Amino acid sequence: MSEMTLNAAVGQALREEMQRDSTVMMFGEGVALSRADLLTEFGADRIRNTPLSEAIIAGTAVGAAASGLRPVIDMLYAPFLTYAMDAIVNSAGKLRYISGGQFAFPLVVLAQTGAGWGVGAQHTHNIEAWFAHSPGLKVVMPSNAADAKGLMKAAIRDNNPVIMLLDMSLGYNPGEVSDDPDYVVPLGRAHVARAGRHVTLVSYAKTTLTCLQAAEALGQEDIDVEVIDLRSIKPLDIGTVLQSVRKTGHLVVVHEAGPLCGVGAEVLAQVNEQAFSQLKSAPARITSPDVPTPSSYALEQAFLPQVAHVVAAVQKQLGRQTVATASVAM
Amino acid sequence: MKSSAAEAVQLLEKMMLIRAYEEHLASLQASGHFPMTCSPQGQEASAVGVVSALDADDTILTNHRSAGHLLARGADPGRVMAEVMGKATGYCKGKSGSLHISAKELGVVLTSTIVGGELSMVTGVALAKKMLAEAGVVVCFFGDGAACEGIFHESLNLASVWQLPILYVCENNQWQAFVRRKETMAVEYIAPWGNSYAMANQTVNGNDVLAVQAATRHAVAHIKATGTPYLLETWTYRQRGHYSGDNMAHISASEQAPWLVLDPIAQCRQQLTADGTLTPALLADIETRVAAEIARASEFAHASPYPAAAELLTDVYA
Ligand SMILES: Cc1ncc(C[n+]2csc(CCOP(=O)(O)OP(=O)(O)O)c2C)c(N)n1
Repeated sequence: MSEMTLNAAVGQALREEMQRDSTVMMFGEGVALSRADLLTEFGADRIRNTPLSEAIIAGTAVGAAASGLRPVIDMLYAPFLTYAMDAIVNSAGKLRYISGGQFAFPLVVLAQTGAGWGVGAQHTHNIEAWFAHSPGLKVVMPSNAADAKGLMKAAIRDNNPVIMLLDMSLGYNPGEVSDDPDYVVPLGRAHVARAGRHVTLVSYAKTTLTCLQAAEALGQEDIDVEVIDLRSIKPLDIGTVLQSVRKTGHLVVVHEAGPLCGVGAEVLAQVNEQAFSQLKSAPARITSPDVPTPSSYALEQAFLPQVAHVVAAVQKQLGRQTVATASVAM
Repeated sequence: MKSSAAEAVQLLEKMMLIRAYEEHLASLQASGHFPMTCSPQGQEASAVGVVSALDADDTILTNHRSAGHLLARGADPGRVMAEVMGKATGYCKGKSGSLHISAKELGVVLTSTIVGGELSMVTGVALAKKMLAEAGVVVCFFGDGAACEGIFHESLNLASVWQLPILYVCENNQWQAFVRRKETMAVEYIAPWGNSYAMANQTVNGNDVLAVQAATRHAVAHIKATGTPYLLETWTYRQRGHYSGDNMAHISASEQAPWLVLDPIAQCRQQLTADGTLTPALLADIETRVAAEIARASEFAHASPYPAAAELLTDVYA
């Protein structure tokens, strides 16, 4: 094990996979600078700067993936993916199916996400559910360095298009990371980040940490909280969630993306469908409101799910008195 | 003083205001707690040259590197700075921050920080102007990087086919974030790309404010006379990093040096001093006015309140 930041763990995963498999390559706007170490090690053929042209970056990745390469593309901030949607959604996601399985698309789409930087709605938008809604794609969002490395390696080795969204705030968080060159975190497997008996919190990426803090606070009130980090949005490991909810009877899903048709809505629907009789309270969601991310620091903080919101939701489910401030109305 | 000389001095003062604004922000950013911005320092002649040639009924679309365009258009530096700081008194009530400042009251509309966003919307803005028989042209500022987006080519083609009153202004500042323009284009100049769409075009020295102003007047006259769009490329240089957190370690001094010699403000000052228009006393006056304006702006922005939390949920729908 070695300690490193999440960003460094992603870099290490790329490096190991590029060493292992000469068909792995990376391109995007400015990667020659942002991945200067990989450029030095692997050369300008495999680490390529592109023009400022998201549509052709993604299209090229799709064509290359179908033709023997395993490209990783860096799309910078998630909102810029909109220019690349056609290639990702209509081509990478559908051409395997509509060609009767003739092609495979082993590619990874990397983008940054997450509020807290004051850069506004065109740089900050959690759009994981858009991709989850598109057949043929996989979506992962790690919360820590070890998972970031393991998921990146699994994504590169997977024969399907994988969207990996990295929350900017997590990038400099250090964590213990395996040195085993074959360490992977299988896609579609959730992680019980904290075991507990009374309530199930389900989250992913940055808000997993919000949930762990809330669990800590609730522990002071003798409420024993289980925290599940989904890690993969698609495939969604509903089995791990169901197992926990069957034990606790209470469920709160927490994410930074908006509430409507989001991952939380899907988790609640599946739990209602499959474990309704074991629920002791109405499942709940804590999300950002359905508004674009404001730039102003004051508004951006009001936008983000806070520990106090999670604590209050759990207390409400358990019929405890709520001392925390109310969450923003949606 | 002849009227042309007086006007040249006004252009110089506008450029100095933009520079002073940028230097003030840079000092606040260096001291810590101030939001990031994409500085147009070095490109003042492009902004002032183009905007000074426009009329009040002309409309402007711009991008993330917009401070020069806004200030050249007469925006209140205090309200621009307040917006950057996320204050309620900013042009967008603090919801934009620095990257997408629109000021409809000044005719600066639909600012997007999605590179090429302005190129995708400008055709609609111009179509409306044309169909509603409104006066004026629509000016679209964008970078050389944006010209590499597919939407640039779609926009020019449609504007040409539909004969829309658009002045495309490509500010070719030699950089596209952290990538050199030379690395992403097989040719030096963007203006000739207009030929592919039968669009009149020209590359102008973007660090010469009078040359930019003259080229813009020529282009606007062309648009008004022929009813067809025009592509103007201003050849210039981004003197600061891509954004304020960029340490520019990847940019060599030997690349920067010749461009710093070509600084648009220094060149303008030299010219106006040489022909006797700019006396030391006049320059001192301008410097005093500019410094006072920036001091007032900064005071206003810092004293302004942040938006109330309830503002989080407003303006989502009409
Ligand atoms: C669609 C999209 N891709 C990438 C970015 C990130 N980005 C912001 S500005 C910029 C460079 C733009 O270069 P150019 O168009 O030449 O304008 P300049 O910044 O030089 O003024 C990049 C890559 C973005 N904002 N939008």
